Order: sequence, then C-alpha cells, then structure tokens
Amino acid sequence: MKPAPFEYHAPTDLGEAVRLLAALGEHGRLLAGGQSLMPMLNLRLARPEAIVDLNRITALAYHRLDDETLVIGALCRQREIERDQEVLARCAAIADAIPLIGHIGIRNRGTVVGSLAHADPSAEWPVLAVLLDATLEVEGVAGRRSIAAQDFFKGLFATDLRPGELVVEARFPLPPAGAGSAFIEVARRHGDFALGAAAAVVELAADGSVTAARLALGGFDSVPVRATPDPAAAAADVHPVDDVHAPAGYRRKLAETLARRALHLAEQRARKAGR
Amino acid sequence: MKEVEVRLTVNGRERSARCEPRTTLADFLRGHLGLTGTHLGCEHGVCGACTVLLDGATARSCLMLAVQGQGHEVTTIEGLGTPENPHPLMRAFSEMHGLQCGFCTPGFILSAHEYLRENPRPDRQAMRKDLSGNICRCTGYVKIFAAVERAAELMAEPEAARS
Ligand SMILES: Cc1cc2nc3c(=O)[nH]c(=O)nc-3n(C[C@H](O)[C@H](O)[C@H](O)COP(=O)(O)OP(=O)(O)OC[C@H]3O[C@@H](n4cnc5c(N)ncnc54)[C@H](O)[C@@H]3O)c2cc1C
Ligand code: FES
Ligand code: FES
Repeated sequence: MKPAPFEYHAPTDLGEAVRLLAALGEHGRLLAGGQSLMPMLNLRLARPEAIVDLNRITALAYHRLDDETLVIGALCRQREIERDQEVLARCAAIADAIPLIGHIGIRNRGTVVGSLAHADPSAEWPVLAVLLDATLEVEGVAGRRSIAAQDFFKGLFATDLRPGELVVEARFPLPPAGAGSAFIEVARRHGDFALGAAAAVVELAADGSVTAARLALGGFDSVPVRATPDPAAAAADVHPVDDVHAPAGYRRKLAETLARRALHLAEQRARKAGR
Repeated sequence: MKEVEVRLTVNGRERSARCEPRTTLADFLRGHLGLTGTHLGCEHGVCGACTVLLDGATARSCLMLAVQGQGHEVTTIEGLGTPENPHPLMRAFSEMHGLQCGFCTPGFILSAHEYLRENPRPDRQAMRKDLSGNICRCTGYVKIFAAVERAAELMAEPEAARS
C-alpha cells in the first residue's frame, strides 16, 4: 500500500464539499483528477488525514463558451477541452498547449482547474491563465470570491486559496476575433514538464500594424509572469536560477528565444486571420 | 483502518471486494481481484505500465483509488483477449516482435487500443506522440510502432479473413 492512511469522503454536491473542507481545515485535501496529488500520496510527499474527492460532483464536470469567455468547471478534464474544436479554433494558444501536457492518459483524468490549483510553475494552464487574464471563482464557507490569475499564483505550488476554499470554475476570456495567439515550450522529452514556455496574443489594426500584444512566460520564476511583449525586453522580466535541469544563463536565453518565437507566430497567425 | 466495499465492472463482469480507501485501483485489480496482467512500474504516473481503460478511456491505475472506480467500467489486458483468442493487437505484437521482456506490453496495448479507435489509419509521427505516455526499456519502440500498424491492418480485415 503506497499512500499513508486517510479518511475518504466523496460528496455529491458542492455545498457538502465546502462544509466538509471547512470542518477538516488543514487536515483535508481535495482530490480532482489525481494526476498530481496521487503521485504525491504514493510517494508520501503528501499525507493528508482526509481526502475530499470531487469526482462524484458531476455538476462540476462542464465547460462552455459564454460569448467571448471559456468557462471551465472544476471537474472538466483537460482532454475535454482538447476535443472541443470550437474552442481550439478560437484560441490557437490553447490548441498548441494542451498536447504538450503529459500524455493522453494523464489528460483523460487531469482537470484544468486542478492544474491551476496545483500551481506548478512549469505547467501550461497557469501560463494560459496569466496570458488570457483568467479569473478563478472560489468558494468557501465564508462565500464566493473571484481572483484574477495574476493574484492567484503566489509562489512555487502556492496559491491565494485559504484553507477550506475550493476553485469552482475558471473563466478564460478568449482573444478577440482576428487576433493571433501561440504557445511554445522547450522540454527534454515530449510530455515532460517544460524547461520554459512562452505564450502570446497579438492584435492588428486594419492597416496591419500591431495594436496590442501580450506575453506570458512560464517555468522561469516560481510563478508564471506577464512580461513585456518585446523579445529584447522580455527576459529582463524573469529571474531564473540554476538547477539540475539547466543553468540560469541558458534559461535567460531560452526566455528570449521563446518570447520571440511565440510573438512571431502569434503575429503571423493574426495576419493570416486578417486576410 | 476502516475498509470499504468497492463494486465495479471489470472486463464486463460485476466485481466487488473490500479494501482500504487508500488502495490504488492497480493494487485492487492485482491483489484483490487477481488480475495481474496490469503491471506496476513506477507507481507515480510516469511509465504507463499500469494503463487500463476507465469507461473506455486510458487511465493510469496507479493514479486512481479503487473506491473511485465504484460504479465505473474498467477494462484490463485480460478483458481484451486471451492466449486462445487474442485481440488483433496481441497477435500483432507477437508477430512483429513488439515486445521483449513484456513488462510494458499490457499498458502499451491498452494505449494503442485507444489510439487505433480514434485513428484507424495510424500515422507514425502522430503515433510517437500519442503513445509517448508508455515507456519501454527493451525494444527501442520501433517494433512496437510496427506492431500497432500491423494491428490496424488486421483490424481492417473482415473477421473471416483473420483466422
Ligand atoms: C507523468 C506526468 C506528466 C505530467 N506532465 C505535465 C505537463 O507536462 N504539464 C502539466 O501542466 N501537467 C503535467 N502533469 C500534471 C497534470 O496536468 C495534472 O493533471 C494537473 O497538474 C493536476 O490536475 P488534477 O485534476 O489531476 O489535480 P489533482 O492531482 O487531483 O490535484 C492537484 C492539487 O490541486 C488541488 N485541487 C484540485 N482541484 C481543486 C479545486 N477545484 N480547488 C482547489 N484545489 C484543488 C488538490 O488538492 C491538489 O493539491 C503531469 C502528470 C504526470 C503524472
Ligand atoms: S505504474 Fe502507473 S504509471 Fe508507472
Ligand atoms: S518489452 Fe521490456 S519494457 Fe518493453
């Protein structure tokens, strides 16, 4: 038996889950797709006294396009978005990013919201959330609140969530029609966590000049960051450090290269859309 | 520790057993149900050896609790075919030498099963990505990909031509 013993709860509605989490406080841990938490349980890096499993709250297994916003419920699997051709057509950065996340079997189970809550600095969804100015709808016994993605990520695997709170849904405003977007990363092998990632959105005026550009970089700091959308300046906005995978100098070069490629590809796509 | 009753469908049959909530689906299949065709390599999601189908889609059974399977349908390698009546993927892996030690094979076959269902005409480049979640330490993968392509041919043939 790999995980340490825990009490297991499988509530069937959100209210029950919120009450359970509040009662358990720091001793309870939410389980969504399990693709990050189960490895931690198996390795006993996490030893919660109680697990609150979200998988029976089927009302949270949804995603939809509300006008310009992609709304993703807490139990929506990553693969579900990967299969939604309309969403992929509306945002190339999302279409680029999803196949880079682990492998199919992992995306079949892993949730989008679980990835945001897990807050791995190299994960793709947090970079997309920061790029697209997503908001997270959070619920606790004290009520609901919305958190902007840039305020949600607080550090390495750390978020603005308070004990007893859970993320009910994430809302991603999609780039306006005619804009181009892109997501590019470098990883040692396909499906590995990225050494670094860049995502960009570029909007053009009718005469072809760039009217707006956004850039997000992941894997360089403890949280994904919005950087100056200019390849020459972007690397100055991140502060990589040496680790076993790559020295800081390499990562700084990587930030610059990925920023340039992501902005370039997003712009190319915007031009194509404008034609 | 308190045990719970877990009831699920495995390979088309209703099965149930008691286990602790911390029991992974992989350990439950192997230890409680005696289905040792599901292999355990890394037990933290990296190798894909423990891949099963959960309601038809691949999942790593080391990253699921047995209790989470309650009410769901699980297919293991034993459910796909038998030595007497092998699935075309099993025949193809044997024919094309898609295995050496065989440790990764059950997981590979279930991932390939999902891949071929969605891509009846396999493409080597796409296959390399879509099957990247399974690790093999013996074959170097080339013969595995050849076996998946061979299985696609076998599956495209009418039933009668196969035997
Ligand atoms: C081999 C392997 C490779 C992977 N590669 C990548 C990769 O390249 N890129 C990538 O992004 N991910 C990768 N992943 C991780 C995967 O994407 C996970 O699915 C994801 O990080 C977490 O989602 P989950 O639903 O599985 O969450 P879980 O593992 O169930 O939970 C993760 C954490 O989030 C918390 N949580 C979950 N849901 C909520 C909620 N609604 N509210 C509050 N807290 C919540 C949990 O308590 C837990 O702390 C990989 C995983 C594996 C096993
Ligand atoms: S044993 Fe489950 S992925 Fe390796
Ligand atoms: S055949 Fe030995 S690990 Fe694949």
